[in-house]
Amino acid sequence: MSILVTDAGFGPDDWTRGFDGAAALELAPETDPATLEIAPEVEMIRIHFPSFADGRGFTLARLLRLRGYKGRLRAEGHVISDQYAMARRAGFDEVEISDDLAARQPEEDWRFRSNWQQHDYQSRLRG
Amino acid sequence: MYRYTEFDTAFLAERNRQFRAQVERRISGALTEDEFKPLRLMNGLYLQLHAYMLRVAIPYGTLNGAQMDRLALLAEKWDKGYGHFTTRQNIQYNWPKLSDVPDMLDALAEVGLHAIQTSGNTIRNVTADHFAGAAADEIADPRPVAELLRQWSTDHPEFQFLPRKFKIAVTGSPNDRAVIKAHDIGIQIVQRDGRIGYRILVGGGLGRTPMIGKELAEFVPLPDLLPYVEATVSVWNLLGRRDNKYKARIKITVHEHGIDEIRDLVETRFAETKAAFNGADLELFDEIAAQFLPPAFRNAPAEAYDRAYESDPVFRAWADTNLSAHKAPGYAIAQISLKPHGQTPGDASAAQMRVMADIARRFGHDELRISHEQNVVLPHVHKSDLPQVHAILKAHGLGTANIGKISDIIACPGMDYCALATARSIPIAQEIATRFDALKIEHEIGDLKIKISGCINACGHHHVGHIGILGLDRAGVENYQITLGGDATETAALGERTGPGFPADEIVPAIERIVEAYLEHRESREESFLQAYRRLGMAPFKTALYGAETGKKAKAA
Ligand code: HEM
Ligand code: SF4
Repeated sequence: MSILVTDAGFGPDDWTRGFDGAAALELAPETDPATLEIAPEVEMIRIHFPSFADGRGFTLARLLRLRGYKGRLRAEGHVISDQYAMARRAGFDEVEISDDLAARQPEEDWRFRSNWQQHDYQSRLRG
Repeated sequence: MYRYTEFDTAFLAERNRQFRAQVERRISGALTEDEFKPLRLMNGLYLQLHAYMLRVAIPYGTLNGAQMDRLALLAEKWDKGYGHFTTRQNIQYNWPKLSDVPDMLDALAEVGLHAIQTSGNTIRNVTADHFAGAAADEIADPRPVAELLRQWSTDHPEFQFLPRKFKIAVTGSPNDRAVIKAHDIGIQIVQRDGRIGYRILVGGGLGRTPMIGKELAEFVPLPDLLPYVEATVSVWNLLGRRDNKYKARIKITVHEHGIDEIRDLVETRFAETKAAFNGADLELFDEIAAQFLPPAFRNAPAEAYDRAYESDPVFRAWADTNLSAHKAPGYAIAQISLKPHGQTPGDASAAQMRVMADIARRFGHDELRISHEQNVVLPHVHKSDLPQVHAILKAHGLGTANIGKISDIIACPGMDYCALATARSIPIAQEIATRFDALKIEHEIGDLKIKISGCINACGHHHVGHIGILGLDRAGVENYQITLGGDATETAALGERTGPGFPADEIVPAIERIVEAYLEHRESREESFLQAYRRLGMAPFKTALYGAETGKKAKAA
């Protein structure tokens, strides 16, 4: 089982259409942005984080948003609560973590950063 | 000088609140040491040989008297009464306790200082020419751009977990005092048809694979600057190697892919990043630039200076070595040497910090700078005040007249503090300085930069020292390799190895032989060590170091 983290805190995964069909796309961190094309029927993209120290997913998320992707965008894997604000600011809607991680970093650790829209230099620089 | 906005102040308070919570969660076990590590690193906290080490940023090297006073307070209250100024325009405290660090950060925040992104795989404290805003040869003050970059890179959501650290330096003058060619990105302010723009270099760096930066863009106008730098870091974040930390820096990415391919990728990415800026950054730049206007310089006679220069040989020696040309008439840039012969390069006591703060307030328009050469700069002093300034400095052990000379050595912490060291570097610097002081030939030798690192990571910049010294470990014994001909300025070059290294007790005599060879072979006093080396090559120095046979071979080769 896994847990979905949003601004509201912990919740169950409400995406029921799986990741095999045409509506969802899974991306590995090594995805080459030059070949990254998103078909119009894609409604959910999940980017995998093999380790919290691997920040490629943040740039991929940002590029997807810059290229106009408006669907759901999820970070999945080893993401820690201290990265929640970065994930949201980079364009992710939600983070999917394992039960183990959720046990060690409980809901209040994640909600501590639910104020990610405040104190953000990027939004100042971009108007 | 830049004054924090309400936004900056609130940001810092929030950031410190977060770090306080992270420290608590580490102590409770909610965070593993593995997970805590990058978080403490992005807040400037290292784990060192003896204790934690806190590295505080001095953004683009600029600080005011109140900030310097606060650095003194930290040294007294939470350290052993002194701090260590480094080559990255930082100050390091070597003895804080983990549980005290949140309080130290709060104390810094009260005067607009922080330790954010002074370590870790992030964009580091942006450095700049330490003569910024004062130098006679400057096209424009680099600090507004450096501050803009500071704000842009602070907590940048994409760039907190990069393949490796990323260092940016800015110079506003064609004479490079910021070593921009040894940074991941070097920015040089240039002028074209009366317009200001930015020349961008990429892929410079020292460490175990030293490289000189290459030109990525000849002229980037201000509106494109942030998106261009952002595109560069974004390309590297995806392309940089994460399989091997020794190959992760952008210099290796540039080396492996070639500068032309990198440039194509950056230009393509730039089309995307540019669209995400709408001009708000330019308004912010104008607000920032307005805070870096020059102080109200005064128009006064400088006779007091002339009198002291004529009559006081100690003052004259100091004025000849430690002053540089200022852009305003009647003013000078004065450097305070933190390299008294035989002391630890870059160390200052709390009392000395307060003296410098006080001088800045009374005589220096309340401005101080930290140079990458580990000295402190008073950027704006009227010449008539210099005799008084010098007298105060002298009384506090800050009057050493050796800027740019053989004893003005950059040395990394080495074995005395650093967990990665393979040899000592501070004691070698102390011995060299003491020896040449005893020989009384320092001023005869003229400009000569010695830089020492205690391992191949090259924190002491040895690759770009006129004489570089690298301390290694050969089967448990310290061994010091020498390089010659390095250069950290706009004519940047990496030094060449002379040959086999020397044990600790032979390194000072070896340096002495190199210097004797220079004195013997130079054409005149006007020919500096570096010029002489470029004319003569390695041969005479090899002969001096290893004997005539080896020297001849070097000549034939
Ligand atoms: C005391 C503990 C220190 C540790 C553990 C440390 C660690 C390192 C490491 C591992 C590298 C190599 C990075 C690479 O090549 O990817 C490096 C490079 C460097 N460090 Fe340090 N360092 C320390 C102190 C300092 C100090 C005191 C300074 C001066 C501010 C400094 C400035 C630099 C510089 C200038 C480089 C080389 C430039 C480059 O990044 O290519 N370091 N350091
Ligand atoms: S060069 Fe090596 S010994 Fe010196 S501070 Fe850097 S890592 Fe430590």
